Amino acid sequence: MASLVGSRVERKEDKKLLTGRGKYTADVNFVNQTFAYFVRSPHARAQIKKVDTTKAMKAPGVVSILTGADIANDKIGGLIAGWRIKSEDGSDMKVPAHPPLANDIVNYVGDHVAVVIADSLDEARNAAELVKVDYKILKAVVDTKSAMGSDQIYKDIPKNLCFDWLLGDRAKVKEAFEKADKIIKIDLINNRVIPNAMEPRAANADYNPSTEEITLYTTSQNPHLARIIISAFNGVAPENKLRVIAPDVGGGFGSKIYPYAEEVVCSWAAKKIERPVKWVADRTESFLSDCHGRDHVTHAELAVKNDGTFLGFKNETIANIGAYASVFGTVTPTYLFGPCATGVYKMPAAYTNVKAVFTNTAPVDAYRGAGRPEATYTIETLVEKAARELGMDPAEIRMKNFPTQFPFQQTLVHSVDSGDYVASLNKAMEVADYKGFEKRKRESANKGKLRGIGLCSYFEACGIAPSPVVMMLGCGIGLWESAEVRFNPTGNVTVFTGSHSHGQGHDTTFAQIAADQLGVPIENIEISHGDTDKGPFGYGTYGSRSLTVGGTAIVKACDKIIAKGKRVAAKMLEASVDDVEFSNGEFVVAKSNKKKTIGEIAFACYLPGTYGEVKSPLPEGEEPGLKETSFFDPANFSFPAGSHICEVEVDPDTGETKVVKYTAIDDFGTIINPLVVEGQVHGGIVQGIGQALYENCHYDETGQLVTASYMDYTMPRADNFPEFELGFTCTPATSNPLGTKGCGEAGAIASPPAVMNAVMNAIGTEISMPATAEKVWKACNQNKKKNSEAA
Amino acid sequence: MKKISAEVNGKKITKEVPDHTLLSVFLRDILNLTGTHVGCDTSQCGACVVHVDGKSIKSCTAFAADVNGSRITTIEGITKNGKMHPMQEAFKKLHGLQCGFCTPGMVMSAIDLLQNNKKPSDVEIREWLEGNICRCTGYQNIVAAVKEAASKM
Repeated sequence: MASLVGSRVERKEDKKLLTGRGKYTADVNFVNQTFAYFVRSPHARAQIKKVDTTKAMKAPGVVSILTGADIANDKIGGLIAGWRIKSEDGSDMKVPAHPPLANDIVNYVGDHVAVVIADSLDEARNAAELVKVDYKILKAVVDTKSAMGSDQIYKDIPKNLCFDWLLGDRAKVKEAFEKADKIIKIDLINNRVIPNAMEPRAANADYNPSTEEITLYTTSQNPHLARIIISAFNGVAPENKLRVIAPDVGGGFGSKIYPYAEEVVCSWAAKKIERPVKWVADRTESFLSDCHGRDHVTHAELAVKNDGTFLGFKNETIANIGAYASVFGTVTPTYLFGPCATGVYKMPAAYTNVKAVFTNTAPVDAYRGAGRPEATYTIETLVEKAARELGMDPAEIRMKNFPTQFPFQQTLVHSVDSGDYVASLNKAMEVADYKGFEKRKRESANKGKLRGIGLCSYFEACGIAPSPVVMMLGCGIGLWESAEVRFNPTGNVTVFTGSHSHGQGHDTTFAQIAADQLGVPIENIEISHGDTDKGPFGYGTYGSRSLTVGGTAIVKACDKIIAKGKRVAAKMLEASVDDVEFSNGEFVVAKSNKKKTIGEIAFACYLPGTYGEVKSPLPEGEEPGLKETSFFDPANFSFPAGSHICEVEVDPDTGETKVVKYTAIDDFGTIINPLVVEGQVHGGIVQGIGQALYENCHYDETGQLVTASYMDYTMPRADNFPEFELGFTCTPATSNPLGTKGCGEAGAIASPPAVMNAVMNAIGTEISMPATAEKVWKACNQNKKKNSEAA
Repeated sequence: MKKISAEVNGKKITKEVPDHTLLSVFLRDILNLTGTHVGCDTSQCGACVVHVDGKSIKSCTAFAADVNGSRITTIEGITKNGKMHPMQEAFKKLHGLQCGFCTPGMVMSAIDLLQNNKKPSDVEIREWLEGNICRCTGYQNIVAAVKEAASKM
């Protein structure tokens, strides 16, 4: 049987999704279901003086109205911050209480005040308008940079400071800077963006009074995590009485990793009223209440020698984490950000200091890349600036500082097991025709356009695990992954994974792996995920971890199946276990050339009756059945890397910037399905270009979200892009047997700096993201003015 | 209340619904055709695109009452005798979908393009699909799939 790993296998999940037979949470309905509509704060910061539901309760169809007081009465716990970060002075981070329905204060526009539950959505929505909330409006804190000097939002949190965290050695950095020929400085804003998975969040909770079990359907990347949080922290139901199902999920990008207030409230309310409670966000609710991404203000400096050698790096960042500390909200700007901020370079000394501040805005959490795009944007725009100031080619300065020996001990945390940064940049320059840029620039100039080229070389730490390391760094959970490989008696296979697919194609990629391991045709393998009652506990999908951690768990479980299969085959074939070889789905005894297929072995394991002369196929003490579970916790993160090169054309008369050429060369280690991997890269690049050129979350000074619909928030669309050129280099990961590194986030990590370096190269001015037409036009005009004044 | 009689995916139906019922709600909640998705409330994302009398429209921005007497085709209605439409086949072959949420609208929109332009260029495809937002694919494989379908139809 030909190996499926490495082939462009068409996706198994596509047929249902293409024919309208996908089942998303909003498509799930229960008999006797009610509908929830949330009363949300219209103010960014206010005291709740009174919530009056009298009139609303009398409205037609209303079943129940629940408020923060009910949450408190029922002792429903608050939403949690999953990572405990310590400040430089050793003190613990400070986090405010975050009840699922606000009790006395609201802290951002969209914060949850009450839920109206009615027989129909229209009735719930109409009654919600009758809920009278008496607010005392307080001055909102909105701006990231000035948050520490603004009004104090929470009584116990001075300067609105969650933590003041340091990674690295300030003294060594000071020493390095003293030896420098030149210090390159940069001030950056990493703009706040809104994830915008196309499927709005939704929940439908059903309570069964006879079993006392709640079944929660939800739009989750991580149903097991939702179950443990709603159970152990919110206290809605014990884990064994809470089943969480994440059916087809329409994208996540980080925003659906953890449960939100709505899932907690729907589950709790369903139990209270003993009827199913369904909630589906409209798009504006998604804009207001999904966790946002990025939002850093950074000052960074690079110490260099005149020949371009890097000596030291410092990074002072203020990270806005919004009104509450969300589950991954505190790790995103720290351990996911700081270690990667020195980029793909040998950097003798470095530190990253992050001050995380609370503001009256939606919580900020992981968004595609989570911390690593912010890190890469910082170092890669700084390196580009260093090249400009030293008069060096941007490729040359990068090459000069790449490590060439692996494993490479990166400055701040990671021991990078493998990579070849020189190879990927060389290949990118070749594919992008780097040498031909000047000619293309002249051609653009002839059309009145400014052409610019920008590079980005990145590495990232993903395959998010290993549990001992992440728990040492403050993570409240382990991050291993599970798999159960279950042979059915007739020889087909169901593989359960604790990860979750919401576009990544696990149904196919994981089946390719299992098919190769077991020698079973791919069409006879079913991948099952997303239901806490079916498979073993797992940690879901984010941080480009599913294949590297979860895929390896499948390999390990298959190994156990084969080991048992060998023992059974030995008995059936009357041979010693050591003489049984397994390949292509067959157990073979070379000496006698007798064989059994894995299907025959599975059948025998389930029906251990008489087989010819053999009374029972099961060796003495062997249990019947053929099903194995594995929990894999890798020894290290994985480290994808690569180089992207972008070319833009700017129209100086309108400020419009167009990406006209984009080359991505990535090293993801072993690739299981190139079709799927290319799709991941395309999507990531577009999200990154979206951040660089179009997308921007804007709150006004009172904390109103101005960009709360697709009329106001610019989503990247089909006509914004050229065709991207993709290529790969490969150094297999050594921390997992597949050799994979993860590919989900790379595009979004590499493209913002590549695009912005190209824009700045085109217009010759530093400019912040997003490089909108207005901003670029103003910069071009200022340049014109300066030039004419000089003349 | 309004009485709606229409032909939906080849079947004649008659239903009585409140006047303000949107076509998307009518299809999803009354007829249980949940393949049509709702991704926004401002007629921007295009996940809800269906065909009314052969032309693509955004079903979140039409009343059910507006399509009384019309012929409506949804994503469920383009697979014939278990065989997918060439556009669906092309999306599958070239990985033109990931999470699948925008896909029904994208496919219905793309089919309408090819009804009017049998061999569209990349630019024409991209401009036509400007009203359909996809957050996963980066659009590249969607454009390739539409070209592939054009070569087969």
